[in-house]
Amino acid sequence: MARTTLGQEVLTGGEATAHAMRQIRPDVVPIYPITPQTPIIQTFSRFVADGRVDTVLLQVESEHSAMSAAVGAALAGARTMTATASQGLALMIEVLYIASGLRAPVVMAVGNRALSAPINIHGDHSDGMLARDSGAVQIFAQDAQEAYDLMVMAPRIAEHAAVLLPVLVGQDGFSVTHSAENVSLLRDEEVQDFVGPYEIPYPLLGDRPSSQGLFAMPDSYYELKVRQAQALEAAEQVFADVGRAFALRFGRHIGAVEAYRMDGAERAIVLIGSTAGTAKDAVDALRQRGEKVGLVVVRLYRPFPHQVLAEALGGVERVAVLDRAVSPGTYPPLYSDIRAGYAGPAELRSYVYGLGGRDTAPEDIERVYRDLLVPRTAGIRYLNLMGEDQHGES
Amino acid sequence: MASLKQLALREEERPRFTGGHSLCAGCGIPTIVRTVFDSIPGPVVAVSATGCLEVATTRYPFTAWGVPWLHVAFENAAAVASGVEAAYRALAQRGRLSGERVTIVVFAGDGGTYDIGLQALSGALERGHRFLYVCYDNEAYMNTGIQRSGATPFAASTTTSPVGSVGRGKAEVRKDLTAIVVAHHIPYAAQASTSHWQDLSVKVERAVAQEGPSFLNILSTCPPGWGHEARDGARVARLAVESRYWPLFEVVDGHYRLTHYPQHPMALVEWLEMQKRFSHLRGIASVDLESELEREIVAQWQELERRTAESKAWFEDRATESA
Repeated sequence: MARTTLGQEVLTGGEATAHAMRQIRPDVVPIYPITPQTPIIQTFSRFVADGRVDTVLLQVESEHSAMSAAVGAALAGARTMTATASQGLALMIEVLYIASGLRAPVVMAVGNRALSAPINIHGDHSDGMLARDSGAVQIFAQDAQEAYDLMVMAPRIAEHAAVLLPVLVGQDGFSVTHSAENVSLLRDEEVQDFVGPYEIPYPLLGDRPSSQGLFAMPDSYYELKVRQAQALEAAEQVFADVGRAFALRFGRHIGAVEAYRMDGAERAIVLIGSTAGTAKDAVDALRQRGEKVGLVVVRLYRPFPHQVLAEALGGVERVAVLDRAVSPGTYPPLYSDIRAGYAGPAELRSYVYGLGGRDTAPEDIERVYRDLLVPRTAGIRYLNLMGEDQHGES
Repeated sequence: MASLKQLALREEERPRFTGGHSLCAGCGIPTIVRTVFDSIPGPVVAVSATGCLEVATTRYPFTAWGVPWLHVAFENAAAVASGVEAAYRALAQRGRLSGERVTIVVFAGDGGTYDIGLQALSGALERGHRFLYVCYDNEAYMNTGIQRSGATPFAASTTTSPVGSVGRGKAEVRKDLTAIVVAHHIPYAAQASTSHWQDLSVKVERAVAQEGPSFLNILSTCPPGWGHEARDGARVARLAVESRYWPLFEVVDGHYRLTHYPQHPMALVEWLEMQKRFSHLRGIASVDLESELEREIVAQWQELERRTAESKAWFEDRATESA
């Protein structure tokens, strides 16, 4: 049997994502530069310039126009991908909501970065959280390999007849976008075959004229919006199915959440993104010392996999939910999401970390696990915040 | 050049924009859309900005559009059209399209073009997509209730530039959008009016024959916004041209040409008097405002005459070449 994968290559998350895009061979890619998304679009532009992919590259004048052009192209009948970060995603938000409402299956890579002000180019999840009610499918990668694999899976999720929604694949700014790791690429033809042809019900450039983007009154708007929300809910099963198909074919399984050393765990951390690697090291160290700790990494963020997450948490007693974003005035997003859907026995605690690229070390994670040993009142704890409780201990 | 009969026949054969919509009586927009569509021989995909046209023609689950039509938002019609055009090129390049060459047409109002959509328009023109951008210019935000835009003429009263004890209508001179568009060095830009349908039709034919972007700024009457009788729509549009308020001209590869010279130019005041938005100018205290508006109009006309004279030889050479 022919090998479906190529050998390991040393690539940044941004480069790996661009390779996925090259192999998917989208019809149209509108781009507008913003740090730390630039490695994606620069690498992809190089592939176009070198004739390695024949995509129509559209160098637009803003992210707002990038998403607008993406919606136009996707609904016209072209497989369309783009990439952004931070303020760029913020500028796209208006059109991203519309993309979901118009059921435009645009796939977008996001180099997750802090939001202004103050301006900051480093990694956190504030930008992604801005999109959490946009109606788009949102997935977060832990590392370059996942960023690549999820990007290959994304078109099948976006374009599934039960979904037809934008898919955002996030990777942490700099720690993934710019960090070189070993990445195992699939063969070009394998990716092409896995993704399949682009098919949507009513392409504007097809044979059946349609009006899209109509104006809906109170007698129809509500039903249309609920149907759209149901399509996003359907994406959870589609994500699982596409993940299984990917695993069967390529031997790498990517589920909605990853449970790491959760067997018999009494204390657990739940988080999103690249800090998973740091947390896994901390878990390994603590497990070696006999401590019953585990980690749950959330990859699929919208739709939120409440059931799968509850199963991953199992019989754990205390859970620290680590958010790399805030929701001023209330608890942070991931914590709020888990809290809203979790009916298990564990006590949930909220932690914020790593805003604007603040480093999180294995010791910081270990402190959180230690903190979970002692009782504590409700509230949000801020890890590594200068001038406050830096150690996370009561 | 298509005759009126030919245009009407085309409309009968392939209704691209049907009645039953809720645009006002006397509104210039349906005339614009139909004349534009009937003047394009091949298939069309239309993109609309948010505005009167979009709202009045697509109340779910109904549509007045017989051609593929897409609306995304207010400020991004040119960007959306860029995406459709890129999709067209990509699919053509990969052999996934069949049939005649498709023309992509954008319809947007002055708010969606002069103001909030200017950046997207500029980007699309700079990138050189092959599409026709039609601005139906009714000189204010009519859909939201007649608020002042960058296209609203000096001294016009709107709901956000009302005449009051201090306010004297819009305090600023309107933006010269057509000149801004011309500065992008696109192959074809023109101003037209619903009153001169043949002039408009010929301009559409010329516009869609280009390999790059083309732009039409078309004056569109608005009975509730301008304050004229619905039955006077065509007359008000005609007077705007005959008074030289709205000159009809085209710019081909940067070369200007006036396409209509009023034989007996009407005084601007005759046009102003037909519209309630200028009714405050009749007062003695407002004579200065009227003459300021008049000065702007005369200067604009003289500039166009000068540019037309400059380009005369260029157009003559072109005519000789093609003869």
